[in-house]
Amino acid sequence: MFELVVLDSALRMATPLILASLGGLFSERSGVVNIALEGILLTGAFASILATYFTGDPWVGVAAGIFAGMLVSLIHAAVTVIFKADQIVSGVAINLLAAGATQFLTWITWGSSSNSPTVGGMARWSLPETWGPVARGINVVIGHYPPLVYVALAAVAAAHVVLWHTPFGLRLRATGEHPSAVDALGVSVRKMRFAGILLSGALAGLGGAFLALNTHQFVKNMSAGRGYIALAAMIFGKWNPVGAALACLLFGYAEAVQMGLQGQQVPSQFVQMIPYVLTMVALVGVIGRARPPAALGKPY
Amino acid sequence: MPEKIAVEMRGVTKRYPRVLACDGVDLSVRQGEIHAIIGENGAGKSTLMKILYGMVRPDEGSIKLNGKPLIGHSASDSIKLGLGMVHQHFMLIDPFTVAENVVLGIEPTKAGLFIDGRAARERVERLSTEYGLALDPDERIENLSVGLEQRAEIVKVLYRGADILILDEPTGVLTPQEVTELFVVLRALRESGRTIIFITHKLNEVIELADRVTVMRDGSVTGVVSAAETTPEELATMMVGRDVLLRVERQEATLGEPVLTVSKLSALGRKGTHVLENVDLEIRSGEILGIAGVQGNGQTELVDAITGLHATSSGSVTLSGTDITNLKPRAIRDLGVAHVPEDRLERGIVPDFSVAENLLLGHHHRAGYSHRGLINVAKMEEHARTLIAEHDIRPADPSISAAHLSGGNQQKLIVAREFDGAPTLLIASQPTRGVDIGAIEFVHTSILKKRDAGVAVLLVSAELSEIMTLSDRIAVMYGGRIVAEFEGGTVSEEELGRYMTGAGDSGDEPVRNRPLDDNSPGQAAAGGEA
Repeated sequence: MFELVVLDSALRMATPLILASLGGLFSERSGVVNIALEGILLTGAFASILATYFTGDPWVGVAAGIFAGMLVSLIHAAVTVIFKADQIVSGVAINLLAAGATQFLTWITWGSSSNSPTVGGMARWSLPETWGPVARGINVVIGHYPPLVYVALAAVAAAHVVLWHTPFGLRLRATGEHPSAVDALGVSVRKMRFAGILLSGALAGLGGAFLALNTHQFVKNMSAGRGYIALAAMIFGKWNPVGAALACLLFGYAEAVQMGLQGQQVPSQFVQMIPYVLTMVALVGVIGRARPPAALGKPY
Repeated sequence: MPEKIAVEMRGVTKRYPRVLACDGVDLSVRQGEIHAIIGENGAGKSTLMKILYGMVRPDEGSIKLNGKPLIGHSASDSIKLGLGMVHQHFMLIDPFTVAENVVLGIEPTKAGLFIDGRAARERVERLSTEYGLALDPDERIENLSVGLEQRAEIVKVLYRGADILILDEPTGVLTPQEVTELFVVLRALRESGRTIIFITHKLNEVIELADRVTVMRDGSVTGVVSAAETTPEELATMMVGRDVLLRVERQEATLGEPVLTVSKLSALGRKGTHVLENVDLEIRSGEILGIAGVQGNGQTELVDAITGLHATSSGSVTLSGTDITNLKPRAIRDLGVAHVPEDRLERGIVPDFSVAENLLLGHHHRAGYSHRGLINVAKMEEHARTLIAEHDIRPADPSISAAHLSGGNQQKLIVAREFDGAPTLLIASQPTRGVDIGAIEFVHTSILKKRDAGVAVLLVSAELSEIMTLSDRIAVMYGGRIVAEFEGGTVSEEELGRYMTGAGDSGDEPVRNRPLDDNSPGQAAAGGEA
């Protein structure tokens, strides 16, 4: 169970989860529940394959994934922040819309209602061999991951710095805790929440792009609940970037193990349940109480 | 020498769909003075301040700040213009530190990108030492007492460079010592040339602190007086529009048998810590026991434990010889316990229910009001009409929803319901919180009437003056324990205040019946430790 192969695939599995859960984090820290992560992942996945298919450049696909994620999150922002509608209902609606729309567009574009043709993947980043044996060593150990894996790990560190060491982060967290206080200080609650939700869309859209580009094609409903797992990981990680990333790695590991267990004695469904069981355990407060932002879910 | 006018409001009017909140209000505040605005709830003083601060837009009228007209300004404009507001409900973020709260919105930065934590801390320290607002910049708000939270709010306003400070009901939640300290700070701020506007309904504070007073009633100004040339009685008359009894008349108590006996009562809170620890109390028929204490020291849990709303871990509660420990709330009510809860909207009424329905709640299962699970509507309305008439609940309409009553009338409704049906024990928690002077007078008279009729009364209040006026005996709670007990009239507010903050707490048996010694405070303090 601890073979390098499993750990290796755990990190790949965790990458879209990490990106989406960081996305969830920015939204929730501003006080808006973003259950639409699932739909954003799916839309990001579709958009990235679409763009890669027509341009041949997966990096354009990545940009398209981010952009599509932001576009979808803009709907969520408008509905929940401007029109103050229920955040859960808006999220669920977006998820249903994304599932239908991506399948429909797949059919329109490629004439298949289930999947797109395959596209080229991203080139690996590696250090030049001419740099000597150390560079070669590094390439062997960590150089074989898709570039977005590194981007996701860097995003964790960046999210931590932004949230805890910048004025933007302080204001964003304050908005999630006590919006009327923020308002009284002359900081716009609406702007902060829009920023949080848009960042959320960008990150989850990037996660979707990774998901699709890693398998070189779009498959209908390929997000397969990862948006919800990412949300669970964020809660499990107590609304902290590092905690959320560790939880994603754990969940990614569970997913990798589950794939290894297929065809064996333990029903894989049981292993699939692990993330959700762990989340409930976390919510009940076994691992120290997790405290959500005080104004989470409340329109302002 | 002509005085400079810091704030000048002329003919300010604000209409809401059902009420005229401000009706052509004029307000003139001189630079460098402490100006009090007093009035009952709903008199329009908070609306007026929100208009000044730019949170509410007036329908008519003009505002000048230091001689310059202000038109259509927002709260952030006000901050830039040097106006600062300390809200009644603090605008602080609990999990953040004091320094983070203070700098939020105008953060000092390093490299233009990252928050400069050290600079933030230094600014807070400088402001707090300058005005005697001792405060640890690195402490989280959630660990602070209410008094310290208020200091953080004041520092926050000063950090933004305010030279006109608006304080909305700043003393409502403070202990007497904290009030004294606040007044020292406010005077120091006045010395530094700042202008202070403070909203209150406590008349003695106005006389003690303010230079001038603007009195409001029903959205209009009824007078502007100099604090040195007025009396609480005169101010009360201007506020209410008629002469009011600031202190209700009370007879000598005629004590009967013990009604409530609480013995060694302990209870655990959510986190598993003791919220009540070995509480002993006895209240006899015809007696009012007042419980003084800073909120959150076990008063709520004590009331909940007696009424069956909070499970006890040890000890007993006895009502006229019957053990009622941990009985169901309904069983306890049926044994003759009436409860005016501290949070009116949370536990006192169902806002969306009609007045008649609210008046029936808790009596609904009793004979006559329901039969085979169906409520007798005619009987319910008749019952409501009787109580509405007896208690002067306005508007006198049993069918309107309770949410449409004013706070004072909602409180009258609860009192009417709870006092109905011959209780033997009356528990009144914060019975006059947020209600106007007229309703306070009514509630106080009602409580005294019940006591004179032989009911035992447990009164819990954060208002020391209320405890002191009504109680035959006074117990002080601190940290879930009774730390002192006095005969009514034998103790000063200051001394109660000391016990309330735990200063006189020896950790052992409560101090009982120490006679008042008002000319030697040093001795009183020494007595507290005995």
